[in-house]
Amino acid sequence: MDLHKVNENCSWQDLTEGMQVYQGGTSAGFPTGEWTAIKPEFIEANCNQCLLCVPVCPDSAIPVKDQKRGDFDYRHCKGCGICVNACHAGAIKMEGVR
Amino acid sequence: MGKRDRLSGNEAVAIAMRQINPDVMPAFPITPSTEIPQYFSSFVANGQVDTEFIPVESEHSAMSAAIGAEAAGARTLTATSSCGMALMWEELYVAASNRLPIALALVNRALSGPININCDHSDSMGARDAGWIQIYAENNQEVYDNFIQAFPIAENAKVRLPIMVCQDGFITSHAVENIELLEDADVKAFVGDYDPEHYLLNSQERMAVGPYSVTNYYMEAKKQHAQAMANAKQVVLDVAREFAKISGREYGLFEAYRLEDADYAMVIIGSAAGTAKDAVDALREKGIKAGLLKIRLFRPFPAEEIARALSHVKAVAIMDRAESLSSQGGPLGSEVMAALYRARSQALAVNYIYGLGGRDVRVDQAQEVFEQLEKIAAAGEVTDAYRYLGLRE
Repeated sequence: MDLHKVNENCSWQDLTEGMQVYQGGTSAGFPTGEWTAIKPEFIEANCNQCLLCVPVCPDSAIPVKDQKRGDFDYRHCKGCGICVNACHAGAIKMEGVR
Repeated sequence: MGKRDRLSGNEAVAIAMRQINPDVMPAFPITPSTEIPQYFSSFVANGQVDTEFIPVESEHSAMSAAIGAEAAGARTLTATSSCGMALMWEELYVAASNRLPIALALVNRALSGPININCDHSDSMGARDAGWIQIYAENNQEVYDNFIQAFPIAENAKVRLPIMVCQDGFITSHAVENIELLEDADVKAFVGDYDPEHYLLNSQERMAVGPYSVTNYYMEAKKQHAQAMANAKQVVLDVAREFAKISGREYGLFEAYRLEDADYAMVIIGSAAGTAKDAVDALREKGIKAGLLKIRLFRPFPAEEIARALSHVKAVAIMDRAESLSSQGGPLGSEVMAALYRARSQALAVNYIYGLGGRDVRVDQAQEVFEQLEKIAAAGEVTDAYRYLGLRE
Protein backbone atom coordinates (compact mmCIF):
# COMPACT_ATOMS: atom_id res chain seq x y z
CA MET A 1 0.00 0.00 0.00
CA ASP A 2 1.26 3.45 -0.94
CA LEU A 3 -0.07 5.68 1.82
CA HIS A 4 0.65 8.80 -0.24
CA LYS A 5 -2.07 7.73 -2.67
CA VAL A 6 -4.59 7.74 0.17
CA ASN A 7 -5.12 11.33 1.13
CA GLU A 8 -7.76 13.99 1.70
CA ASN A 9 -8.17 14.60 -2.03
CA CYS A 10 -9.35 11.01 -2.66
CA SER A 11 -12.97 10.29 -3.56
CA TRP A 12 -14.88 8.00 -1.20
CA GLN A 13 -14.44 5.15 -3.68
CA ASP A 14 -10.64 5.48 -3.56
CA LEU A 15 -10.23 5.43 0.21
CA THR A 16 -9.64 2.13 2.01
CA GLU A 17 -12.58 0.19 3.46
CA GLY A 18 -13.31 1.41 6.99
CA MET A 19 -10.32 3.79 6.66
CA GLN A 20 -8.01 0.85 7.43
CA VAL A 21 -4.28 1.40 7.00
CA TYR A 22 -2.37 -1.45 5.37
CA GLN A 23 1.09 -0.40 6.50
CA GLY A 24 3.05 -0.30 9.75
CA GLY A 25 4.90 2.53 11.52
CA THR A 26 2.66 5.17 9.96
CA SER A 27 2.61 7.33 13.10
CA ALA A 28 6.09 8.55 12.10
CA GLY A 29 4.33 10.66 9.49
CA PHE A 30 1.98 12.21 12.03
CA PRO A 31 3.64 15.22 13.75
CA THR A 32 2.08 15.06 17.23
CA GLY A 33 4.75 17.59 18.24
CA GLU A 34 2.43 20.30 16.96
CA TRP A 35 0.05 19.68 19.85
CA THR A 36 1.83 21.77 22.48
CA ALA A 37 4.28 24.61 22.91
CA ILE A 38 5.64 23.39 26.25
CA LYS A 39 8.31 20.73 25.83
CA PRO A 40 10.67 18.76 28.06
CA GLU A 41 14.32 19.73 28.03
CA PHE A 42 17.13 17.15 27.99
CA ILE A 43 20.07 18.02 30.28
CA GLU A 44 22.69 15.66 28.98
CA ALA A 45 25.21 16.41 31.74
CA ASN A 46 22.88 14.91 34.36
CA CYS A 47 21.88 11.84 32.33
CA ASN A 48 23.27 8.46 33.46
CA GLN A 49 21.80 6.69 30.41
CA CYS A 50 19.55 4.39 32.48
CA LEU A 51 17.04 4.66 29.56
CA LEU A 52 14.00 4.47 31.88
CA CYS A 53 12.52 7.44 30.02
CA VAL A 54 12.50 5.68 26.65
CA PRO A 55 9.78 3.03 27.07
CA VAL A 56 7.35 5.37 28.86
CA CYS A 57 7.23 7.83 25.95
CA PRO A 58 3.90 7.22 24.14
CA ASP A 59 5.20 8.79 20.92
CA SER A 60 8.63 7.14 20.65
CA ALA A 61 10.05 10.67 20.74
CA ILE A 62 13.27 9.73 22.59
CA PRO A 63 15.71 8.33 20.02
CA VAL A 64 18.25 5.71 21.13
CA LYS A 65 21.49 5.04 19.29
CA ASP A 66 24.33 2.77 20.44
CA GLN A 67 22.47 2.18 23.71
CA LYS A 68 22.40 5.90 24.49
CA ARG A 69 19.51 8.29 24.31
CA GLY A 70 19.81 11.51 22.37
CA ASP A 71 17.87 14.76 22.41
CA PHE A 72 14.08 14.73 22.04
CA ASP A 73 12.39 14.31 18.69
CA TYR A 74 10.30 17.47 19.04
CA ARG A 75 8.41 16.69 15.85
CA HIS A 76 6.66 13.90 17.73
CA CYS A 77 6.99 14.93 21.41
CA LYS A 78 3.53 16.20 22.36
CA GLY A 79 4.70 17.45 25.78
CA CYS A 80 2.86 14.97 28.02
CA GLY A 81 5.65 15.13 30.63
CA ILE A 82 5.59 11.43 31.53
CA CYS A 83 9.34 11.18 30.95
CA VAL A 84 10.00 13.85 33.58
CA ASN A 85 8.60 11.56 36.27
CA ALA A 86 10.49 8.54 34.97
CA CYS A 87 13.85 10.31 35.26
CA HIS A 88 15.65 9.90 38.62
CA ALA A 89 18.77 11.78 37.55
CA GLY A 90 17.33 15.24 37.03
CA ALA A 91 18.17 15.05 33.34
CA ILE A 92 14.69 16.05 32.09
CA LYS A 93 13.04 19.31 32.99
CA MET A 94 9.73 20.69 31.86
CA GLU A 95 7.71 23.72 32.84
CA GLY A 96 4.83 22.77 35.17
CA VAL A 97 6.00 19.16 35.72
CA ARG A 98 7.81 18.03 38.89
CA MET B 1 -31.49 -34.54 3.55
CA GLY B 2 -31.95 -32.70 6.83
CA LYS B 3 -33.59 -34.16 9.89
CA ARG B 4 -36.62 -33.00 11.85
CA ASP B 5 -36.31 -32.06 15.49
CA ARG B 6 -38.39 -30.21 18.07
CA LEU B 7 -36.42 -27.20 19.19
CA SER B 8 -36.85 -23.82 20.80
CA GLY B 9 -35.68 -20.81 18.79
CA ASN B 10 -32.68 -20.45 21.09
CA GLU B 11 -31.75 -24.12 20.63
CA ALA B 12 -32.14 -23.78 16.87
CA VAL B 13 -29.74 -20.81 16.79
CA ALA B 14 -27.25 -22.57 19.08
CA ILE B 15 -27.29 -25.58 16.74
CA ALA B 16 -26.76 -23.30 13.73
CA MET B 17 -23.76 -21.86 15.59
CA ARG B 18 -22.40 -25.35 16.28
CA GLN B 19 -22.74 -26.25 12.62
CA ILE B 20 -20.98 -23.00 11.60
CA ASN B 21 -18.21 -23.77 14.14
CA PRO B 22 -16.99 -20.17 14.54
CA ASP B 23 -13.50 -19.24 15.72
CA VAL B 24 -14.53 -17.05 18.64
CA MET B 25 -17.66 -16.45 20.74
CA PRO B 26 -17.51 -13.85 23.49
CA ALA B 27 -20.83 -13.68 25.35
CA PHE B 28 -22.60 -12.47 28.46
CA PRO B 29 -25.99 -13.88 29.51
CA ILE B 30 -29.22 -11.88 29.46
CA THR B 31 -32.86 -13.01 29.33
CA PRO B 32 -34.23 -14.24 26.93
CA SER B 33 -31.05 -14.96 24.93
CA THR B 34 -29.14 -16.63 27.82
CA GLU B 35 -29.73 -20.14 26.51
CA ILE B 36 -27.82 -19.47 23.30
CA PRO B 37 -24.36 -19.08 24.91
CA GLN B 38 -25.41 -21.66 27.52
CA TYR B 39 -26.09 -24.36 24.90
CA PHE B 40 -23.08 -23.25 22.90
CA SER B 41 -20.69 -23.44 25.86
CA SER B 42 -21.79 -27.05 26.35
CA PHE B 43 -20.83 -27.73 22.71
CA VAL B 44 -17.43 -26.21 23.50
CA ALA B 45 -17.06 -28.31 26.67
CA ASN B 46 -18.05 -31.46 24.76
CA GLY B 47 -15.47 -30.80 22.07
CA GLN B 48 -18.14 -30.51 19.35
CA VAL B 49 -16.68 -27.19 18.14
CA ASP B 50 -13.21 -25.64 17.96
CA THR B 51 -14.46 -22.25 19.16
CA GLU B 52 -12.64 -20.08 21.68
CA PHE B 53 -15.49 -19.22 24.09
CA ILE B 54 -14.77 -16.04 26.06
CA PRO B 55 -16.91 -15.55 29.17
CA VAL B 56 -16.80 -11.76 29.56
CA GLU B 57 -17.91 -9.46 32.38
CA SER B 58 -20.46 -7.43 30.38
CA GLU B 59 -22.01 -6.97 26.97
CA HIS B 60 -19.74 -3.95 26.46
CA SER B 61 -16.86 -6.39 26.75
CA ALA B 62 -18.63 -9.05 24.66
CA MET B 63 -18.87 -6.75 21.64
CA SER B 64 -15.40 -5.29 22.30
CA ALA B 65 -13.92 -8.80 22.29
CA ALA B 66 -15.90 -9.64 19.16
CA ILE B 67 -14.45 -6.57 17.43
CA GLY B 68 -10.91 -7.52 18.42
CA ALA B 69 -11.35 -11.13 17.35
CA GLU B 70 -12.96 -10.25 14.02
CA ALA B 71 -10.27 -7.64 13.26
CA ALA B 72 -7.66 -10.28 14.04
CA GLY B 73 -9.20 -12.47 11.34
CA ALA B 74 -11.44 -14.78 13.38
CA ARG B 75 -15.03 -15.59 12.42
CA THR B 76 -16.88 -14.26 15.45
CA LEU B 77 -20.41 -14.30 16.80
CA THR B 78 -22.28 -13.48 19.98
CA ALA B 79 -25.83 -13.29 21.34
CA THR B 80 -27.74 -10.78 23.42
CA SER B 81 -31.06 -9.04 24.14
CA SER B 82 -32.48 -5.71 25.19
CA CYS B 83 -30.38 -3.88 27.81
CA GLY B 84 -27.46 -6.15 26.95
CA MET B 85 -27.45 -4.77 23.44
CA ALA B 86 -27.89 -1.28 24.83
CA LEU B 87 -24.64 -1.78 26.74
CA MET B 88 -23.00 -2.69 23.40
CA TRP B 89 -24.20 0.60 21.93
CA GLU B 90 -20.86 2.25 21.24
CA GLU B 91 -19.30 -0.99 20.02
CA LEU B 92 -22.15 -1.67 17.58
CA TYR B 93 -21.09 1.46 15.70
CA VAL B 94 -17.39 0.60 16.02
CA ALA B 95 -17.96 -2.91 14.62
CA ALA B 96 -19.97 -1.60 11.69
CA SER B 97 -17.79 1.39 10.78
CA ASN B 98 -14.69 -0.81 10.86
CA ARG B 99 -16.50 -3.15 8.45
CA LEU B 100 -16.23 -6.24 10.67
CA PRO B 101 -18.69 -9.01 9.66
CA ILE B 102 -19.66 -10.17 13.16
CA ALA B 103 -22.93 -12.12 13.55
CA LEU B 104 -25.15 -11.24 16.49
CA ALA B 105 -28.07 -13.45 17.52
CA LEU B 106 -30.49 -10.90 18.91
CA VAL B 107 -33.45 -12.19 20.87
CA ASN B 108 -35.79 -9.21 20.85
CA ARG B 109 -36.90 -7.97 24.25
CA ALA B 110 -38.35 -4.69 25.45
CA LEU B 111 -35.82 -2.09 26.45
CA SER B 112 -36.39 -0.53 29.87
CA GLY B 113 -38.41 1.12 31.06
CA PRO B 114 -40.53 0.25 32.71
CA ILE B 115 -38.37 -2.82 33.15
CA ASN B 116 -39.81 -5.78 31.28
CA ILE B 117 -38.26 -8.99 29.98
CA ASN B 118 -40.79 -9.83 27.27
CA CYS B 119 -40.86 -9.38 23.54
CA ASP B 120 -40.93 -6.23 21.55
CA HIS B 121 -38.58 -4.75 18.99
CA SER B 122 -37.42 -1.67 20.87
CA ASP B 123 -33.88 -3.02 21.27
CA SER B 124 -33.07 -3.67 17.61
CA MET B 125 -35.18 -0.75 16.35
CA GLY B 126 -33.17 1.53 18.61
CA ALA B 127 -30.03 0.26 16.88
CA ARG B 128 -31.44 0.60 13.38
CA ASP B 129 -29.04 3.42 12.50
CA ALA B 130 -25.93 1.63 13.82
CA GLY B 131 -25.02 0.36 10.36
CA TRP B 132 -25.72 -3.33 10.98
CA ILE B 133 -27.67 -5.54 8.61
CA GLN B 134 -30.91 -6.62 10.33
CA ILE B 135 -32.88 -9.75 9.45
CA TYR B 136 -36.03 -10.83 11.30
CA ALA B 137 -37.78 -14.19 11.67
CA GLU B 138 -41.38 -15.23 12.14
CA ASN B 139 -40.69 -18.67 13.62
CA ASN B 140 -38.00 -21.08 14.76
CA GLN B 141 -37.35 -22.47 11.30
CA GLU B 142 -36.75 -18.99 9.92
CA VAL B 143 -34.36 -17.90 12.63
CA TYR B 144 -32.34 -21.09 12.14
CA ASP B 145 -32.28 -20.58 8.36
CA ASN B 146 -31.44 -16.87 8.72
CA PHE B 147 -28.53 -17.61 11.01
CA ILE B 148 -27.05 -20.11 8.56
CA GLN B 149 -27.21 -17.38 5.90
CA ALA B 150 -25.71 -14.69 8.17
CA PHE B 151 -22.00 -15.10 7.47
CA PRO B 152 -22.27 -15.56 3.69
CA ILE B 153 -24.15 -12.23 3.62
CA ALA B 154 -21.98 -10.34 6.12
CA GLU B 155 -18.61 -11.55 4.80
CA ASN B 156 -19.38 -10.90 1.13
CA ALA B 157 -16.67 -8.62 -0.30
CA LYS B 158 -19.28 -6.11 -1.49
CA VAL B 159 -20.76 -5.91 2.00
CA ARG B 160 -18.41 -6.71 4.90
CA LEU B 161 -20.79 -5.49 7.56
CA PRO B 162 -21.95 -7.00 10.86
CA ILE B 163 -25.35 -8.71 10.86
CA MET B 164 -28.06 -8.94 13.49
CA VAL B 165 -30.28 -12.02 13.21
CA CYS B 166 -33.40 -11.20 15.21
CA GLN B 167 -36.13 -13.37 16.69
CA ASP B 168 -38.96 -12.64 19.13
CA GLY B 169 -38.06 -13.13 22.79
CA PHE B 170 -39.90 -16.05 24.44
CA ILE B 171 -42.45 -16.25 21.60
CA THR B 172 -39.97 -18.03 19.34
CA SER B 173 -36.85 -18.17 21.54
CA HIS B 174 -38.53 -20.40 24.14
CA ALA B 175 -41.48 -21.93 22.30
CA VAL B 176 -40.65 -25.36 20.89
CA GLU B 177 -41.45 -26.07 17.25
CA ASN B 178 -40.85 -28.98 14.94
CA ILE B 179 -38.24 -27.74 12.49
CA GLU B 180 -35.95 -29.16 9.84
CA LEU B 181 -32.22 -28.99 10.42
CA LEU B 182 -29.62 -29.21 7.70
CA GLU B 183 -26.82 -31.75 7.78
CA ASP B 184 -23.65 -30.46 9.47
CA ALA B 185 -21.61 -31.06 6.32
CA ASP B 186 -24.08 -29.08 4.18
CA VAL B 187 -23.91 -26.10 6.53
CA LYS B 188 -20.12 -26.29 6.64
CA ALA B 189 -19.93 -26.29 2.85
CA PHE B 190 -22.52 -23.51 2.54
CA VAL B 191 -20.83 -21.18 5.02
CA GLY B 192 -17.31 -22.11 3.91
CA ASP B 193 -14.00 -21.12 5.46
CA TYR B 194 -13.42 -17.55 6.54
CA ASP B 195 -10.69 -16.04 4.40
CA PRO B 196 -10.53 -12.28 5.08
CA GLU B 197 -8.53 -10.12 2.69
CA HIS B 198 -6.98 -8.02 5.48
CA TYR B 199 -6.59 -9.06 9.13
CA LEU B 200 -4.38 -8.12 12.04
CA LEU B 201 -2.80 -11.56 12.54
CA ASN B 202 -1.56 -11.67 8.95
CA SER B 203 2.22 -11.91 9.29
CA GLN B 204 2.62 -10.85 5.64
CA GLU B 205 0.87 -7.49 5.99
CA ARG B 206 1.01 -4.87 8.69
CA MET B 207 -2.27 -3.13 9.35
CA ALA B 208 -4.09 -0.59 11.51
CA VAL B 209 -7.83 -0.94 12.23
CA GLY B 210 -9.98 1.96 13.36
CA PRO B 211 -7.65 4.93 12.85
CA TYR B 212 -8.81 8.38 13.83
CA SER B 213 -10.65 9.82 10.84
CA VAL B 214 -10.51 13.58 10.88
CA THR B 215 -13.10 15.85 9.25
CA ASN B 216 -11.46 15.37 5.88
CA TYR B 217 -12.25 11.64 5.90
CA TYR B 218 -15.35 11.06 8.06
CA MET B 219 -18.00 11.80 5.44
CA GLU B 220 -16.30 9.62 2.84
CA ALA B 221 -16.16 6.80 5.40
CA LYS B 222 -19.92 7.13 5.99
CA LYS B 223 -20.67 7.12 2.26
CA GLN B 224 -18.63 3.93 1.86
CA HIS B 225 -20.58 2.36 4.71
CA ALA B 226 -23.89 3.46 3.17
CA GLN B 227 -22.87 1.94 -0.18
CA ALA B 228 -21.92 -1.36 1.48
CA MET B 229 -25.33 -1.40 3.16
CA ALA B 230 -27.06 -0.74 -0.16
CA ASN B 231 -25.05 -3.60 -1.72
CA ALA B 232 -26.30 -5.97 0.97
CA LYS B 233 -29.79 -6.12 -0.55
CA GLN B 234 -28.72 -8.02 -3.66
CA VAL B 235 -26.34 -10.19 -1.65
CA VAL B 236 -29.21 -11.20 0.68
CA LEU B 237 -31.15 -12.35 -2.38
CA ASP B 238 -28.14 -14.17 -3.87
CA VAL B 239 -27.42 -15.99 -0.61
CA ALA B 240 -31.12 -16.91 -0.26
CA ARG B 241 -31.04 -18.43 -3.75
CA GLU B 242 -28.04 -20.58 -2.83
CA PHE B 243 -29.67 -21.51 0.47
CA ALA B 244 -32.79 -22.73 -1.32
CA LYS B 245 -30.61 -25.21 -3.19
CA ILE B 246 -29.50 -26.96 0.00
CA SER B 247 -32.68 -26.51 2.03
CA GLY B 248 -35.60 -26.30 -0.41
CA ARG B 249 -36.75 -23.25 1.57
CA GLU B 250 -37.04 -19.94 -0.23
CA TYR B 251 -36.47 -16.50 1.22
CA GLY B 252 -36.62 -12.96 -0.13
CA LEU B 253 -36.42 -9.41 1.20
CA PHE B 254 -39.90 -9.93 2.61
CA GLU B 255 -42.71 -12.45 2.36
CA ALA B 256 -45.85 -11.43 0.46
CA TYR B 257 -48.76 -13.49 1.79
CA ARG B 258 -51.95 -13.42 -0.32
CA LEU B 259 -50.90 -9.90 -1.26
CA GLU B 260 -51.03 -10.12 -5.05
CA ASP B 261 -54.69 -9.13 -5.40
CA ALA B 262 -55.22 -7.67 -1.92
CA ASP B 263 -57.26 -4.51 -1.31
CA TYR B 264 -56.20 -4.32 2.33
CA ALA B 265 -52.69 -5.07 3.51
CA MET B 266 -50.80 -5.36 6.75
CA VAL B 267 -47.03 -4.81 7.01
CA ILE B 268 -45.51 -6.56 10.02
CA ILE B 269 -42.26 -7.93 11.45
CA GLY B 270 -41.69 -11.11 13.42
CA SER B 271 -43.81 -13.76 15.09
CA ALA B 272 -47.11 -11.82 15.03
CA ALA B 273 -47.07 -12.29 11.24
CA GLY B 274 -48.18 -15.87 11.87
CA THR B 275 -51.19 -14.65 13.86
CA ALA B 276 -52.01 -12.07 11.20
CA LYS B 277 -51.87 -14.72 8.45
CA ASP B 278 -54.65 -16.59 10.26
CA ALA B 279 -56.69 -13.37 10.20
CA VAL B 280 -55.97 -12.96 6.48
CA ASP B 281 -57.14 -16.54 5.83
CA ALA B 282 -60.34 -16.02 7.84
CA LEU B 283 -61.14 -12.80 5.96
CA ARG B 284 -60.40 -14.40 2.58
CA GLU B 285 -62.97 -17.10 3.50
CA LYS B 286 -65.49 -14.27 3.76
CA GLY B 287 -64.44 -12.87 0.40
CA ILE B 288 -62.51 -9.92 1.82
CA LYS B 289 -59.28 -9.35 -0.06
CA ALA B 290 -56.79 -9.15 2.81
CA GLY B 291 -53.05 -9.66 2.43
CA LEU B 292 -49.85 -9.38 4.37
CA LEU B 293 -46.27 -8.26 3.85
CA LYS B 294 -43.83 -9.66 6.39
CA ILE B 295 -40.51 -7.83 6.57
CA ARG B 296 -37.48 -10.12 6.62
CA LEU B 297 -34.77 -7.60 5.77
CA PHE B 298 -35.11 -4.32 7.66
CA ARG B 299 -31.54 -3.04 7.16
CA PRO B 300 -30.95 -2.26 4.38
CA PHE B 301 -34.59 -1.24 4.00
CA PRO B 302 -36.08 -2.52 0.71
CA ALA B 303 -38.26 0.57 0.26
CA GLU B 304 -38.81 0.36 -3.52
CA GLU B 305 -39.70 -3.32 -3.45
CA ILE B 306 -42.13 -2.81 -0.56
CA ALA B 307 -43.82 0.13 -2.29
CA ARG B 308 -44.13 -1.95 -5.49
CA ALA B 309 -45.65 -4.89 -3.61
CA LEU B 310 -48.20 -2.53 -2.04
CA SER B 311 -48.83 -0.47 -5.19
CA HIS B 312 -52.33 -1.84 -5.79
CA VAL B 313 -53.76 -1.84 -2.23
CA LYS B 314 -56.46 0.59 -1.13
CA ALA B 315 -55.35 0.77 2.48
CA VAL B 316 -52.40 -0.52 4.47
CA ALA B 317 -51.77 -0.95 8.21
CA ILE B 318 -48.13 -0.77 9.26
CA MET B 319 -47.58 -2.62 12.52
CA ASP B 320 -44.86 -1.51 14.92
CA ARG B 321 -43.75 -3.60 17.88
CA ALA B 322 -41.76 -0.60 19.09
CA GLU B 323 -42.60 2.96 20.06
CA SER B 324 -40.36 5.70 18.79
CA LEU B 325 -42.14 8.29 20.96
CA SER B 326 -41.97 10.77 18.12
CA SER B 327 -45.71 11.51 18.50
CA GLN B 328 -45.98 10.29 14.87
CA GLY B 329 -45.85 6.49 15.23
CA GLY B 330 -43.24 3.75 15.19
CA PRO B 331 -40.06 3.24 13.14
CA LEU B 332 -41.54 0.79 10.61
CA GLY B 333 -44.50 3.14 10.12
CA SER B 334 -42.18 6.04 9.29
CA GLU B 335 -40.11 4.03 6.85
CA VAL B 336 -42.97 2.33 5.01
CA MET B 337 -44.87 5.61 4.73
CA ALA B 338 -41.73 7.29 3.36
CA ALA B 339 -41.40 4.43 0.86
CA LEU B 340 -45.02 4.89 -0.23
CA TYR B 341 -44.60 8.65 -0.58
CA ARG B 342 -41.47 8.30 -2.71
CA ALA B 343 -43.31 5.84 -4.94
CA ARG B 344 -46.24 8.32 -5.28
CA SER B 345 -48.49 5.64 -3.80
CA GLN B 346 -52.20 6.35 -3.49
CA ALA B 347 -52.67 3.81 -0.67
CA LEU B 348 -54.11 5.15 2.57
CA ALA B 349 -51.73 4.23 5.38
CA VAL B 350 -52.21 3.84 9.10
CA ASN B 351 -49.60 2.94 11.73
CA TYR B 352 -50.43 0.68 14.70
CA ILE B 353 -48.33 0.18 17.83
CA TYR B 354 -48.94 -3.33 19.18
CA GLY B 355 -47.45 -6.09 21.33
CA LEU B 356 -45.18 -3.91 23.46
CA GLY B 357 -43.52 -5.61 26.42
CA GLY B 358 -44.83 -9.01 25.33
CA ARG B 359 -48.50 -8.01 25.02
CA ASP B 360 -50.32 -10.82 23.21
CA VAL B 361 -51.75 -10.26 19.76
CA ARG B 362 -54.79 -12.34 18.86
CA VAL B 363 -56.30 -13.29 15.52
CA ASP B 364 -59.46 -11.30 16.28
CA GLN B 365 -57.33 -8.19 16.91
CA ALA B 366 -55.57 -8.60 13.57
CA GLN B 367 -59.02 -8.96 11.95
CA GLU B 368 -60.09 -5.76 13.69
CA VAL B 369 -57.19 -3.96 12.00
CA PHE B 370 -58.39 -5.16 8.58
CA GLU B 371 -61.94 -4.04 9.41
CA GLN B 372 -60.53 -0.59 10.17
CA LEU B 373 -58.75 -0.63 6.81
CA GLU B 374 -62.06 -1.33 5.07
CA LYS B 375 -63.57 1.68 6.82
CA ILE B 376 -60.60 3.88 5.90
CA ALA B 377 -60.82 2.83 2.25
CA ALA B 378 -64.59 3.46 2.19
CA ALA B 379 -64.15 6.91 3.77
CA GLY B 380 -61.27 7.73 1.44
CA GLU B 381 -59.23 9.27 4.25
CA VAL B 382 -57.28 8.44 7.39
CA THR B 383 -58.38 10.44 10.40
CA ASP B 384 -55.91 9.00 12.91
CA ALA B 385 -52.78 7.54 11.34
CA TYR B 386 -51.14 6.65 14.67
CA ARG B 387 -53.04 4.11 16.77
CA TYR B 388 -52.56 1.49 19.46
CA LEU B 389 -53.83 -2.09 19.18
CA GLY B 390 -54.85 -4.03 22.29
CA LEU B 391 -54.62 -1.08 24.63
CA ARG B 392 -56.96 -0.75 27.66
CA GLU B 393 -58.88 2.48 27.29
